[in-house]
Amino acid sequence: MPGSSDVHVVLIEDDKPIQRFLRASLEGKGIAMFVAETGRQGLIETGTRKPDLLIVDLGLPDMDGIEVIRHIRAWSGLPIIVLSARTQEGDKVAALDAGADDYLSKPFGVAELMARIRAHLRRRDQAPGSTEQSFRFGDTVIDFSGRLVTRGLLPVHLTPTEYRLLVVLARNAGKVLTHRYLLHEVWGPSYAENSHYLRIYMRHLRQKLERDPTQPKHLITETGVGYRLIITD
Amino acid sequence: MNNDGRPDPDALLEKVQRNEAQAARGKLKIFFGACPGVGKTYAMLSAARVLREQGRDVVVGIVETHGRSETARLLEGLNYLPPKRVNYQGRELAEFDLDAALARKPALILVDELAHSNVAGSRHPKRWQDVEELLAAGIDVYTTVNVQHLESLNDIIGGITGVLVRETLPDRVFEQADEVTLVDLPADELLQRMKEGKIYLPQQAERAIRSFFRKGNLIALRELALRRTADRVDAQMREYRADQSISQVWQAKERLMVCVGPGDDSSRLVRSAARLAASLHADWLAVYVETPKLLRLSEARRDKVFRTLRLAQELGAETTSLPGSELVPTLLTYAQERNVSKLVVGKSSRSMLARLIRPSPADQLTSQVDMDVYIVGHHPEQSAHEALSSAPELTLKAPPREKRAGYAWAAAACATTTLAAAGLVNIFDLANVIMLYLLLVVLISIRFGRGPGIFASLLSVGAFDFFFVDPRQSLTVADTQYLFTFALMLVVALVISNLTASLHYQARIARYRERRAESLFEAGKVLSSALTAGQIIKDGSVRLAGVFQSQVAILLPDSHDKIRQPVEGDHGDNLLTELDLGIAQWAYDHREPAGLGTHTLPASPVLYQPLRAPMCIRGVLAIRPSDPRLIFQPEQQRLLETFAAQIALALERVHYVEVAQGALVNMEAERLRNSLLSAISHDLRTPLTGLLGLSAALVGRSGNRMDEELAEAIHAQALRINALVINLLDMARLQAGGVTLNKHWQPIEEVIGSSLRSYKESLAGHRVETRLPGNLPLVAFDAMMIERVLDNLLDNAVKYTPDGTLIMVQASTHEDELEVSVSDEGPGLPAGMEESIFEKFTRGERESSRPGVGLGLAICRAIIQAHGGRIWAENRHEGGAVFRFTLPLGTPPEFNEEETEGS
Repeated sequence: MPGSSDVHVVLIEDDKPIQRFLRASLEGKGIAMFVAETGRQGLIETGTRKPDLLIVDLGLPDMDGIEVIRHIRAWSGLPIIVLSARTQEGDKVAALDAGADDYLSKPFGVAELMARIRAHLRRRDQAPGSTEQSFRFGDTVIDFSGRLVTRGLLPVHLTPTEYRLLVVLARNAGKVLTHRYLLHEVWGPSYAENSHYLRIYMRHLRQKLERDPTQPKHLITETGVGYRLIITD
Repeated sequence: MNNDGRPDPDALLEKVQRNEAQAARGKLKIFFGACPGVGKTYAMLSAARVLREQGRDVVVGIVETHGRSETARLLEGLNYLPPKRVNYQGRELAEFDLDAALARKPALILVDELAHSNVAGSRHPKRWQDVEELLAAGIDVYTTVNVQHLESLNDIIGGITGVLVRETLPDRVFEQADEVTLVDLPADELLQRMKEGKIYLPQQAERAIRSFFRKGNLIALRELALRRTADRVDAQMREYRADQSISQVWQAKERLMVCVGPGDDSSRLVRSAARLAASLHADWLAVYVETPKLLRLSEARRDKVFRTLRLAQELGAETTSLPGSELVPTLLTYAQERNVSKLVVGKSSRSMLARLIRPSPADQLTSQVDMDVYIVGHHPEQSAHEALSSAPELTLKAPPREKRAGYAWAAAACATTTLAAAGLVNIFDLANVIMLYLLLVVLISIRFGRGPGIFASLLSVGAFDFFFVDPRQSLTVADTQYLFTFALMLVVALVISNLTASLHYQARIARYRERRAESLFEAGKVLSSALTAGQIIKDGSVRLAGVFQSQVAILLPDSHDKIRQPVEGDHGDNLLTELDLGIAQWAYDHREPAGLGTHTLPASPVLYQPLRAPMCIRGVLAIRPSDPRLIFQPEQQRLLETFAAQIALALERVHYVEVAQGALVNMEAERLRNSLLSAISHDLRTPLTGLLGLSAALVGRSGNRMDEELAEAIHAQALRINALVINLLDMARLQAGGVTLNKHWQPIEEVIGSSLRSYKESLAGHRVETRLPGNLPLVAFDAMMIERVLDNLLDNAVKYTPDGTLIMVQASTHEDELEVSVSDEGPGLPAGMEESIFEKFTRGERESSRPGVGLGLAICRAIIQAHGGRIWAENRHEGGAVFRFTLPLGTPPEFNEEETEGS
């Protein structure tokens, strides 16, 4: 990551110690951070500072973090990372469905947060180039124009559904995609309840594209939430 | 109406219910014959032997060979249930052993002579009742019946043969049999067999041929048996057509009503009605109208009426006794209320002249009614025998009479009046003296009824004649017109006393009805306001004890459906303590009344009535009446049933109130627990995040080695607290119960991969291998929970094994479950700890520097058990420990595999 402080992050979080260590960690890496203690203030900060990325705690004193995400998604596509201390997976899924790109469960490590921030910033940079002809992760290359997938130069045969699923994952690389979103995108709205279809096709993809399908490096399961494609190990 | 060819929905429902009831029941096959000796037992044994050879579990329950060698030979090689030896009046009798048969529970049992009466003191008075119980227990039964034993044909056959059979079988048992096989033999052949001594031993045979086995008898019996079998086949055909909706004409269901009187041949009337109802496939009612006139009948005749009603009940009728002043209007009103289409009445036995003066009920009915009236002929010689053996004998004693006082009063009043009249006779005219006596007769009649009234009128006539009519002091009468006076006085006394008797009766009926309505109303009020089962038992039994003048106990089942002895002190003074819990249990299990006056153990002094509520049987009402009549009159019986139903309803209501309260409390507790847990988890995790983050930020910042180490130590401690918090929260949630699993059908390797990934850093020092077949079936489980199990197992493996050793995760399917194992190459489990390590706060080592409080495995066990699986640990032969858990496989949802070639 370049040492410039071109990168601006808004943190919406009411807990002082978390604010403090995030500020210490992020600013050490050359990221400028603006803190908002309430959801309302967070919305104002996001509107005025034009940040590159937003970090939102779900438990805010004045309004629900999910509400904040919905408001921002109404006018901006900037990457949003959610911090959650809640035990129920349902909240994470709700936040992701509301438009968040990623989540971290408390307590989390700084290294992990930094990795996520980097991934999302890169994705943002690539966003205009989503018309790119090809996409690479590990030793796998997807050639969008030719609808071809190769792994270490050898062509991999994918069924149409497998291919569609892989493309959706690749277009959103780094982002956590909920089961519902994937089912909707790949199979259509009537399949929303058939999550076992998704799981079976993920198994097929892993068997075809991962070196060890039981310990995947790229096609990652977010237990209870969904899936994510990670480009680098 | 219903001419569109669609089956009637009610009829369909009835059929479905019938089929369901039959599915669980055993099947009854009857070998049916015209008379003894046609070869029923022989046919039954032959059929059983065939099944036996096919491998069915066939047992002979009881078979009478009557010394017939051919039959006895067939018995060889069949399993035989030893008969119960019963001592009866000094003789030892062999009886069918029902309990042994139920305990043995064969697939098929042979029970000869279905109409047989058991020795007094057996569980059921009749063998067919034993068979009913066998069928209810799901055991198939083969049995034999002769046509003369059928209840409804009993009197006809008695008339033909002159021999009345006392052992009878209700027709419904025969009709409800699953299969009836007619064993037929022409009369000549039968007689031939008889002469050859194949049926009876020679000396018996001689006698039998002369009396019962006359050729004419045999032909008539054979015709009856054939016709009865044909009727059954016909009924089956009709049922088949109803099923297949072949029938184009829908006939409204007939309802038949028979009017039972105190006459001698009323039981014959009832049997005729039963036959008629059966041939019309109609419901039928048996009604007794209790008019004031009938009320004056002797106790014995009244008992006979009740016995006839019970016979009607046996034969399938609904019985009622109606109080009313006039027979015909009461009967007609009731018939209209119940939509009766056909009336059956007995033919009047009175002479033409008597009927001209006062028409018989039958004549009145025919002239007043627009429904069909059947008049059954009169056969007085038939009625001498009463084949009511299946109706339990009730010992009814006459209530004490207190009429004697009435006669004394009449005499005293007469004396007083005579004295008074003697003083007044000089002032008054004799006519007024008569008036005085008349007043006396009226008063006595009103006060004491008919007997004392007539007695008073006779006394008055005598006294008047003796003291006041010339010649005085003598009973001779000079003026004949006084004779007319005497006659008039007698008539007045009779009319008045009849009138008052009928008034008394009406008043009594009204009082009785009012009392009944009031007691029901009161009971309803009290029972509906009762809040606990104990209160219901107390109030219910006190009220019942009052109404039926009985001792009462209400018995409730425990959670294992076993009837418990009632708690002392629940009932007050009328507690019934001499209870047979065995009978109560039987009544509860079979949902039928047992004990006094029923088919089951009628010798018991206590009636056990199941408390039937809409959802299930709620208990058993035990009642010991001071006089059985108080319970067995039809109205009283109905009243008792109503009471029982009310109590059952109240018990059910209380039960569901408790269930609802329990559910509400659980819901509230669950809500509270969830909000508490998420509050705690938020409040603990947020500062922990700060602590972890801050300490991590400190590391690598100061450059001072001491500070670095301190910061790292803080970080490590914070991580420990974090692990502890997660486990404690998990345990709290699981421990509280009612954890809702968020189950989905998914492959196990997903959570294994996910868990390995999240433990990547801790596992860095170990080698990790997975052995998971690529085609493992999908399993329904809560991914988060199972991941916690794997996290804990991996955490354990890391903690207790040295660096550089192998940790292996495997999965495979065994029969109907998926087994996942995590094995290591560490020191293994301490001997004997394989089970206890899954207990809370138990660790492999007592004192250890290793972090953890021993909650991890307890959590694992709770989660796996919630999934219906098992978890256990063992030491491997090659060293190290292995933890295994299973998940039930189940049937995954449908999945349409995509065509492999893209299109």
